[in-house]
Parts: sequence; structure tokens; C-alpha cells
Amino acid sequence: MNTSNATNPPTIAGGAPLLELRSVSVSFDGFWALNDLNLRLVPGELRAVIGPNGAGKTTFLDVITGKVRPTQGDVLFKGRSLVGIAEHRIARLGIGRKFQTPRVIQNLSVRRNLELAVNGSHDPLTLLFGRLSHPQRQRVQELLAVVGLEALAAQQAGSLSHGQKQWLEIAMLLAQDPELLLVDEPVAGLSDEETERTGTLLRSLAGDHTVLVIEHDMEFIRELQAPVTVLHEGHVLCEGSMDAVQNDPRVIEVYLGTETEGEFNG
Amino acid sequence: MADLLSARNLRRAIPWLLIVIAALVLPVVLPPFRLNLLGRFLSLGIVALGIDLIWGFTGLLSLGQGIFFALGGYALGMHLQLGSLAPGELPEFFGLYGVKALPAFWQPFTSPLFTLLCIWVLPALVAGVLGYLVFRNRIKGVYFSILTQAALLVFFNFFNGQQKLINGTNGLKTDTAQLLGQLVGSDAMQRNLFWLTVVLAVGAYLLCRWLTRGRFGDALIAIRDDEPRLRFTGYNTTVYKTLVFAVAGAMAGVSGALYTVQSGIVSPQFMAVPFSIEMVIWVAVGGRGTLIGAVLGAVLINYAKSLVSEALPETWLFIQGGLFLLVVTALPDGLVGWWRSGGPGRIRAMFSSPPAVATYPDLELDPAVQAEKAKLEGGAQ
Repeated sequence: MNTSNATNPPTIAGGAPLLELRSVSVSFDGFWALNDLNLRLVPGELRAVIGPNGAGKTTFLDVITGKVRPTQGDVLFKGRSLVGIAEHRIARLGIGRKFQTPRVIQNLSVRRNLELAVNGSHDPLTLLFGRLSHPQRQRVQELLAVVGLEALAAQQAGSLSHGQKQWLEIAMLLAQDPELLLVDEPVAGLSDEETERTGTLLRSLAGDHTVLVIEHDMEFIRELQAPVTVLHEGHVLCEGSMDAVQNDPRVIEVYLGTETEGEFNG
Repeated sequence: MADLLSARNLRRAIPWLLIVIAALVLPVVLPPFRLNLLGRFLSLGIVALGIDLIWGFTGLLSLGQGIFFALGGYALGMHLQLGSLAPGELPEFFGLYGVKALPAFWQPFTSPLFTLLCIWVLPALVAGVLGYLVFRNRIKGVYFSILTQAALLVFFNFFNGQQKLINGTNGLKTDTAQLLGQLVGSDAMQRNLFWLTVVLAVGAYLLCRWLTRGRFGDALIAIRDDEPRLRFTGYNTTVYKTLVFAVAGAMAGVSGALYTVQSGIVSPQFMAVPFSIEMVIWVAVGGRGTLIGAVLGAVLINYAKSLVSEALPETWLFIQGGLFLLVVTALPDGLVGWWRSGGPGRIRAMFSSPPAVATYPDLELDPAVQAEKAKLEGGAQ
């Protein structure tokens, strides 16, 4: 794909971070969904985040994308604080988010979904008086091909299968051309083949983009061959390769030992 | 040039031709009373179009459109009160309350130009400010509806109670006023107002169509279906909602002004709670999300109302309630939505044998399968 991005020179891990969370805590009426969370992502990195239910995974994305304001701590994107910035501005800064359940605009065609998302001005006047530029149209066509929805371009998004909706949402995300992609459970409910294709796609995006994937599916994360961050009760339990993490006694205890944990959907 | 007269373009031109013919023929055929009713109901179609824009497309159910409707009506009503006065004279009703000098806010309404602007700009401004405050605070759904209704009540009580400012509950009469040297209530004037209403209704329809057809309309639908998704895509949805609410307010104002001069009075009853709810019912019955449905709903229901009220005055509210229940339970997309989704065909099918079906009709209809097939056939050649 033609997403080569000049602003992303190859960086060694430990260089200037693209995204940095500094001791972020979030309290919902006394319940600490995030608790002194620290995390750094360098440009071009692919990172997986796992954690049991209630670990704070979704709140973690909410804090980055501006939906939830951290009670304490700071979120920095390219050295700039994101705290207090509206969601749509954060999105325009170059952070795209895919939701846990596929969220596409059901009553619009697949193509129109992408045309809404495609990078460019999102002001009312532009939408009223402007037309999509040639590169924008091309980009939409290209993304339809990437996710294999060309034949369904005129179809209402609501009539797509679950897997196709997941893919359409990923395509909408790419249409924004964000530097940082936050992907929440991209393979939930997908077939094995679709899961494999999703993994390949995400791996190919890393490098040009920085990708953070939240997932429950351990097999899938192993396929991603990415460093793993384990969240537990709102803070980072450990970080490392999949093998190292899986053999960490703390991780084993969290996943197997404390099944009494509530069903709060983090 | 040749394709200007293509079958498709001709078919498209038919509705417009019908409108032109109707606008020319109806004033001759219909008695003045019926024509006046039609003109009134058509002007109500304009406020219905605005409701369709904010509710049908954007998902904002406003129960307070009466505010903007009445503001437009009052703007024109005030101008007409002043228009036929000799210099230094006051509108008659002021004398009843001992008011000696014209209140300051009446002054600018002596100007026809200011009035023409005020009819739509003032409601748009009020809607814009109200909308911005509400949308910025992320108030939506049923809370938005309740808030608009509460605002409606505030306006109603204010206008109803201010005898010394705008004649309170009695409202402002327009029939005996002069406009362009003619009596507003005269048949000739009413015929002109009918034509004006037709032109403005068509204009409002075209405006709404332009707003909803392209990517702007897609954004409105996206706000209705999944606003957070759009926000995380980089859209400032508050701006969109404020804008579209202001447009609907402006349309309500124009509608109210036209309705006022054709019914002869503007009164706080324009801001009565049931009336604003009725407006929503017109759109629901006609078909929300279908522009023509909003206009048809407003005209048909009001015509039905006046016919039923002439024959059996007590039954209308039951019929209206029944109609609303029918639409909510059986026709969620209203009459036009039902028509477009093949409703008449289904009725016909109920009374005849089922149509012959090809084998595996799903495959014939599935675009993915068809594309695959085309690819295979293309490759074989």
C-alpha cells in the first residue's frame, strides 16, 4: 500500500516515543480503572496488549482517544499532551481507533462509509461544496481492494457479515491515514482464515504506522510476533515477548489464579 | 443535448410538471376556501421538512419546533400590524392595555426588508444558540426531546403572558392588514400567497435534498446511526448538529410566516405543546428519512383533519392517535417508506399466487457471487 510516511524514520526501540502514557490513573467514582499506568510506543512499532477482563484495556484506549480524561497523569503524542483535547481533534492529530464491536454506518454503502472516513477536511462546508479529489477516490478504491470488499462497494454496510464489518472498519481506520492505529479486538468473531488475513494486514501496516492491538486471542498474538504488554487491574504487569510473558508466574497467576474477578468489561 | 430528452430525464420531469400544472389549475378549480386550506397545509409541509432533516436524517427528535414556527409568524404578524398605520398611530390592541408608545423591539419591523430577513434568520439564530448549548454538552436522545419541549413551554408562557408587548393570548391578526396595497385576507392576495407557498415549499424541498444527497447527508446519517464512530473519525459532530438544527429552525420560521398570513392570525397557540407533537406525527406518518414523505404527511393529515372535523368533530383525535399507532407498529418508515420498500407489491401478493422464483434466487442477488462469476467468465474468454 502507498502509505509510506516521511514523518516516520526508522527508529530503534527506546528512541523518541510516538505515544507515551505517564503514570495515568482513571477513577470512576472511586473505582480505579487505570492505576499508575506507564507505557511507551516508538514510531513504527507493533504492540499487543492483553489482560483479563477488567484489566482496563478499553479505558486505556478511551484515555488516549480523549473519551475519558485521566484523573492523574499525562498522555503524550509526539511530545504533545492529549489531555483535555476533544475526540475529533485527537483523531485529526493522527490517532485512529477501531472499536471492539465493529462500528460501521449501517445505513450507508460500503463505499460511502469509506468516503466519509477518507483523510481530508471534515468541515461541513467542504462536505457540502467540495468534491472528493482524485487521490481520495483512488485511496477508497485501493482500500476496498485491500479488505476484499470491491464487489460489495454498493452494498449497505448493515447487510455485511460480521467479519466483513470488522474489515470495513479497519479500512475506515486506514482511510484516515493515522500515524497511530489503536485496534480493539480485531479478530473477535472472525473465522480462522479471516483471522490470518487480519494478522498479515496488521503486520504489514507496522513500520509505516504504529499499531497497538488489544486482543484476547493468544494464538493470534503469537502470530503477530509482537512485543506484548500485560495489563492487570489498571497497570502494566509485565512486558516482553509472547514466550517470556506466557512463562511469567505473575501472568499465569493473573490468568489462572484469580478467576473470582468481577465481569467489569475493561 | 440528445440525452437531455432521454426517457430517464423525462420520467424525472413528470413530478415537476405535475406540480406546475397543479399550481396553475388548482386556484381555478378549487373554491377559495379549499385553496386557502391547501396553501396552509403546504406551508406546514415546510416545517415538516425541517423536522425530517433533523429527526429523520440526523436522529434529533425535537418537540419544540413550534418555537421557531411561531417566531417566523410573529415577525411577519408584527410587520403587518404596523404596515397599515398612519404615522404616529399604534396597533389597536395597545390601547386596551394603556400602552402609549410603541415598544422598542417593534420599531425595526416597520421595515419590510428587516422583516423578510427576520422571518428566517431569527429562528435560525435562536435554534443555533439553543442547539449549540445542548449539543456541546452531549445531551441527546430523549433528554434532547424533553429539553426542546421545556424550551417550548418557556416561550409559550412568555408570549401568552405579555399583553403589553405582543397582545398575549389574543395573538396578532393579519386578515385586515394591508400588504403591497392589498388586503391580506382578500381572495386575490390569498391566491398569490398560495403560489408563494408552492414556490417556497419546492425550494425548501430542493434545499433539503441538496443537504442530504452528498457527503454532508452521509455525515448526518452517520451522526444518527453512530455518532461516536464519526467523532473518532475526526468529525466535529457538534458543528454539524448545530448547523442542521439552525436550518430546520429557519425553515420552521418561513413555514410559520406563510401559515400566519393564510390563516389570518398568529397566536401563542402556535407554541402549544400538542401542535409541535403533531408536526412530528406528520413526518412519522409520511415517512421519516424520505423528504417527500414529510410534505405528504403534513398535507394529507391536515386535509384529513379538516375533512373529518367537518363531518365528525369528536373523532379526529382518535383517528390521529390510531394513525400514529399504526405507523409506529406496522409502518416504521411511514407511508412513503412502505411504498418504496415494495409494500403495495406485498399487499398484491397476499391476494394472489406467489410469483415464480428462479432457483437459488440469493445467488442471483448476491453482488459478491455475481462479481466472482463475471470475473470467471471474463477470464475464460
